[in-house]
Amino acid sequence: MFMRYLPHTQEDIRNMLAVAGCSSLDDLFKTIPDAVKVKDGMDLPEPLSEWELNEHMENLASQNIACKGYTCLIGAGSYDHYIPAIIPYLVSRSEFATAYTPYQPEVSQGTLQGIYEFQTMVTDLLGMDIATASHYDCGTALAECALIALRKNRKADKIAVSDLVHPSHRQVIDTYLKPAGYEMVRVPHTKDGLTDIAALEAMDGIAGVAVQSPNFFGHIEDLAGFKKMADDKKCLFITSFTEALAWGLLKKPGSFGADLVAGEGQSLGITKSFGGPGLGLLAGTSKLMRDLPGRLVGRTKDANGQDGYVLTLSTREQHIRREKASSNICSNNGLNAMTAAMYLSTIGKIGIREIAQLNHDKAVYLKSVLTDAGFEPVFDPPFFNEFVMKAPKDFKQKRTDLINRHCLFAGLDLAPYYPELTDHYLFCATEKVSKQQMDQLAKEVA
Amino acid sequence: MKEINELNLPEDVKYTKDHEWAKAEGDTVTIGINDYAQDQLGEIVFVEMPAVGDSFSAEDEFGSVESVKAVSEMYMPISGEILAVNEDLEDAPEKVNEDCYQSGWIVKVKASDLSEMDALMDKAAYLEMLKG
Amino acid sequence: MMTTQRPGTKGLIFNEPNVWDKSREGRCAVSLPKPDVARAPLDASLTGDAPDLPQLSELDVVRHYTRLSQWNFGVDSGMYPLGSCTMKYNPKTNEIQAARQGFAGAHPLAGDDCSQGALRLMYDLEQYLAEITGFDAVSLQPAAGAHGELAGMLIIHAYHAKQGRQRSKILIPDTAHGTNPASATLCGYKSVNLKSGPKGILEPEAVAAIMDEDTAGIMITNPNTLGLFEEHIKEICEIVHAKGGLVYGDGANMNAIMGVVKPGKVGIDVLHLNLHKTFSTPHGGGGPGSGPVAVTRELMPFLPVPRVEKDLDTFKFVADCPDSIGRLHTFYGHFGVMVKAYAYILTMGAQGLLDVSRLAVLNANYIKESLKHTLNLPYDRPCMHECVFNDANQQSHHITTMDMAKRLLDYGFHPPTVYFPLVVDGSFMVEPTETESKEDIDQFIDAVKAIAKEAETDPEKLTRAPVLPKVTRLDEVAAARKPCLRG
Repeated sequence: MFMRYLPHTQEDIRNMLAVAGCSSLDDLFKTIPDAVKVKDGMDLPEPLSEWELNEHMENLASQNIACKGYTCLIGAGSYDHYIPAIIPYLVSRSEFATAYTPYQPEVSQGTLQGIYEFQTMVTDLLGMDIATASHYDCGTALAECALIALRKNRKADKIAVSDLVHPSHRQVIDTYLKPAGYEMVRVPHTKDGLTDIAALEAMDGIAGVAVQSPNFFGHIEDLAGFKKMADDKKCLFITSFTEALAWGLLKKPGSFGADLVAGEGQSLGITKSFGGPGLGLLAGTSKLMRDLPGRLVGRTKDANGQDGYVLTLSTREQHIRREKASSNICSNNGLNAMTAAMYLSTIGKIGIREIAQLNHDKAVYLKSVLTDAGFEPVFDPPFFNEFVMKAPKDFKQKRTDLINRHCLFAGLDLAPYYPELTDHYLFCATEKVSKQQMDQLAKEVA
Repeated sequence: MKEINELNLPEDVKYTKDHEWAKAEGDTVTIGINDYAQDQLGEIVFVEMPAVGDSFSAEDEFGSVESVKAVSEMYMPISGEILAVNEDLEDAPEKVNEDCYQSGWIVKVKASDLSEMDALMDKAAYLEMLKG
Repeated sequence: MMTTQRPGTKGLIFNEPNVWDKSREGRCAVSLPKPDVARAPLDASLTGDAPDLPQLSELDVVRHYTRLSQWNFGVDSGMYPLGSCTMKYNPKTNEIQAARQGFAGAHPLAGDDCSQGALRLMYDLEQYLAEITGFDAVSLQPAAGAHGELAGMLIIHAYHAKQGRQRSKILIPDTAHGTNPASATLCGYKSVNLKSGPKGILEPEAVAAIMDEDTAGIMITNPNTLGLFEEHIKEICEIVHAKGGLVYGDGANMNAIMGVVKPGKVGIDVLHLNLHKTFSTPHGGGGPGSGPVAVTRELMPFLPVPRVEKDLDTFKFVADCPDSIGRLHTFYGHFGVMVKAYAYILTMGAQGLLDVSRLAVLNANYIKESLKHTLNLPYDRPCMHECVFNDANQQSHHITTMDMAKRLLDYGFHPPTVYFPLVVDGSFMVEPTETESKEDIDQFIDAVKAIAKEAETDPEKLTRAPVLPKVTRLDEVAAARKPCLRG
C-alpha cells in the first residue's frame, strides 16, 4: 500500500534499520516498557484516497449553509468582505506558508520584512506607536492588555470593562483573570446604547478601563471622555474593536491617547472560517514597549552593512523569561498577519477610505429600509457598519424563512447576550451587500 | 567568555553572591554588576532600574539586566533608599560591559544600615566562591 | 553511499524595498465596488484622515510579495530538521479542503442548524484525537500549543479549586519548553524545577522527593525535549496521583508515539496537542496553529465552553457547563486549521499514523548513528523522533553550534533547533520527521560532516557563514538596544 507522504521503500527501511542498529521498526521502541505500549491499535476510519477525500469534504461542506453563496447580514466579530484574488494567491506561496517562526533570520527575511511592514501598517491604521506581530484574536489580545494594566499597577487588582465590549471577549478576559486572582468589574451601558461613563466615575482601585469602539451595538463611543477619566484615575486606557476597516473612516484610537489597543483583524483579507483563525491586533505606546506580549520584528543591519530584520526584544518572551514571562504566547497568527499586510497594501489609502465609506453607506441604507418596513430604530448614537433594531412581532418566523428560502441571515438575535433586549437584532451591512438584496429583505419582512 | 584569572575585580569594592559590586562613600553606596556578570551576560541591551525614592531591603530584587539571550535580576547588597539611577544607561547600556565599576554604575543608595556592608565579600572571598 | 551535490547554491534574488517606498499617490490595487446606495456622511467630529497606507498597483503588490517569498526557506524548499517543531510536509489537499466555500465562508454565529457540516467535523475530529491519544474528551478551542497549555493548567487549577483546596506549586522538568513555566505562572502557580537523571530522563525518586500535598501536579513532555522516552512515566504518574496531584502532558512530541503509546492510558490526566506539528497543518511563518486539549473523564466538566455535542444525528454547541474554565477564544478556536488536521487523519488512517511515528523515529535514529562520531552525542541511547547533539567536539577549533547552524544554510538546509533544550550546552536538536527521504537525509548527513571538516581546516567558512542567503548574520544587539519596530 503506497502512501504518498511517506517516501521510504522497503530497501530504504532495511538499510536504515541496519545503520540504526535495530532489527525491525518495532525494535526502535525497545526503550518503551511493554506495560505502556498500545496493544489494540487506534480505531479510526479507513484512509481515503485524495479523490474520496474531496467527495467526503464537499459533502460535509455542503451541510454548512455558507456553501450556497449566502447573504450575511450578521457581524458581531466576524465580517463578510470581498477578498481580492491576489491575496489567497500570494499568501499560499509555500515559502510563506511552510516556513517556521523566523528564528534563523538570514533565511526568513521574507516573513520578517512582511511582518515588519504589517507592524508599521497597523500603527498607521490605529495611530499608535508600536504593534506586535499578532495575537490569536481580539478577545485574547484584550485579556493580555488587561493583564498588562494589572501588572503595571500593583496596587489595583480590578479592571473595569464596558459591558458593550463583545460578550465573548468579556468571557475570555474573565477566564484569564480569575486564576490570577484579579477581578473584572462590569461597566453598564446607558439606555442610549453607550458605556455609562458616570458609572465608571464611581469606581475606585482599578488598574485599567477597557471600552470597545465601535461597541458591540455598533455605536461610536466617546473615547476622549474615557481617556480623561482614565487619566484622572491614574489607570491605563484600553480600547478595542472588532471591525478593523472602521479606521478607514473614523478617528483612530491612538488620537485619543489610548495606552493599549486590542483589535480583531479578520476583516483585513481573512476568511470568516467559522470564527477562526482570525487575527489579534495588539498595539501600545512606546512607554509600554517592553510590556507588550508576543513577538516583535525589528530592523537592523547585517555584518556587511545591509538592512535586514530580526525578531527582537525576545527577552520578554517565554523561551527566555520562562516563569517570569508576562505571557506564554509562542506561535501567533503569523500567516494571517501577512495576509492582512497584503490586504492593506492592496486596498491602500484610497481603497480603505472608499470601502469604509461604502460599509457605512450600506449600513445606513439598510437601517432606513428596515425602519420603513416596520423595524424600530432603538438607539440614536452614530454607528459604523452595525446597528440594533427592534423587530416586528412576526419577524422570528420570517427570519427563519429567509434563511431557508433565500440563504439570507437577517441580523443576530441579541436576547441571548442581553436578556432585556428581546426581539432586538444586531444588523450588519458590508460592501458585499447590494441595494437589491436589502430592498428584497425589506419587502419580505414588511 | 573570560577565564576566572582574566576577570577584573578591584580591591576597593565589595562583592555579592549574585555578582553585584558595592562601594561605600560615607553613607552613600554605589552599586553595579561586576565583570563576571557582564561577561556572562554578553552584550547588554537594556538595564531595568528602579525609581529614585524607592526603598528596598537587602536581597530584594531591584531591577534587571538584559542581553540578547538572557535576563538577570539584580539584588540589593544592602538596605536603603534609591538616591540616583544612572540615566546614561538608557541610551548606552553597553557602558555596563565596557566599564562596569565606573561609568557603568547602576544605582546609588542611601544605606539604612552601613554595617550590612561587612556581610559582603571582599575580592579574595568572592574569587573563592567563583572557583568553588 | 554516493553523495549527490549539496542543495545550496547561488541564485539571482531581488532587492525589494518596503511596501511604502513603492507607494505613489493615486495608485490603488483593489477593484472598488460600485456604490449603489446614497453616500451617507458621518459627523466630521467622528471622522479622521484615512490611514497613511501605501498606494500601489496590483502588479506592485504581487511583485513585492513574490520577491519577499523568494528570500524565505520553507519545508517545500528543503529539509527543515527543527527539533521540537515537527516540520513535516504540509499536504496541499488540506489547503483545498479548508478553502471550500462551505467552510471558509461560514459565519460562526449562523446558528447550529446552518452549521452542521462544521459541527460534525469538529465532533469527529475531537473523537479521532481522543482515540489517538487515549483520552475521553477533547476541546479544540485553544488557538496554539501554548494556549492549550494554558487550558490544561486552568483545568488543573479548576480541579483543585473544586476539591476545596488550591495548591501553590507545579513541578516542571529542566528539559521543559519555556511555555510550560510561563503557562503555570499565568495560573498563579510557582514552578519547582525538577532535574533529569543521568540517563536524560526523569527518575521517580526525584519526583517522590519533592511531590507533596501543596503541589498541584507535574508538567511532563513525553518523549522529552532530549528526544528520549520517559521510561518511568507510569510510576511518576502514580507518585503524583498518590499525593492528589494531576499530570499534565505536553504533547508537542506526539509525532513519535502515535499508535505506539496512548498518553491517556499511562496516567496522564490532561494533554495538549499541536495540530501544526503532528497533524501536518502549515506553520505559516509563526502561526496560526491550533492546540487542542484532551482530558480524562474526571476532568471533562472543566473543559472550555462551548462544547460540541451530538444529539442523535445532529450536532450542537452547548454552553451550560457550570464547572468549565470558561471561554478561551472569541468563537470556537482555529476552525480553518482543524479542517486541515481532520483531512490529514482521514488521509492517513490508523496504520498510516503508526507508520508516521515509526518512520519518524527511524529517521532520527539513522541520523543519530550516522553523526555520532562527527558531533558529540551527550546521551548515546535509542532516541525517539529527535536527537540532541552539541558542539563539544568543535570547541577546540573555537567553533560553536551557532557557527555550524549558519554554515548549514549555505549548504541548503534549514538548521536544526539550536541552544534548546537548556540542559545541554550548545545543543543542536535534529528532528527530520517521517516525510524526509533517505536521500535527503543522506545529503544532510554529508553536509554536517563536511561542515565539521571545515571547522578543523577552514573555520572562517563557518564564522563568516552564511554567505549565500540575502543577508548574513544580523546585529541582534543593535536591534535590541535601539528597537526600530516600524517604518
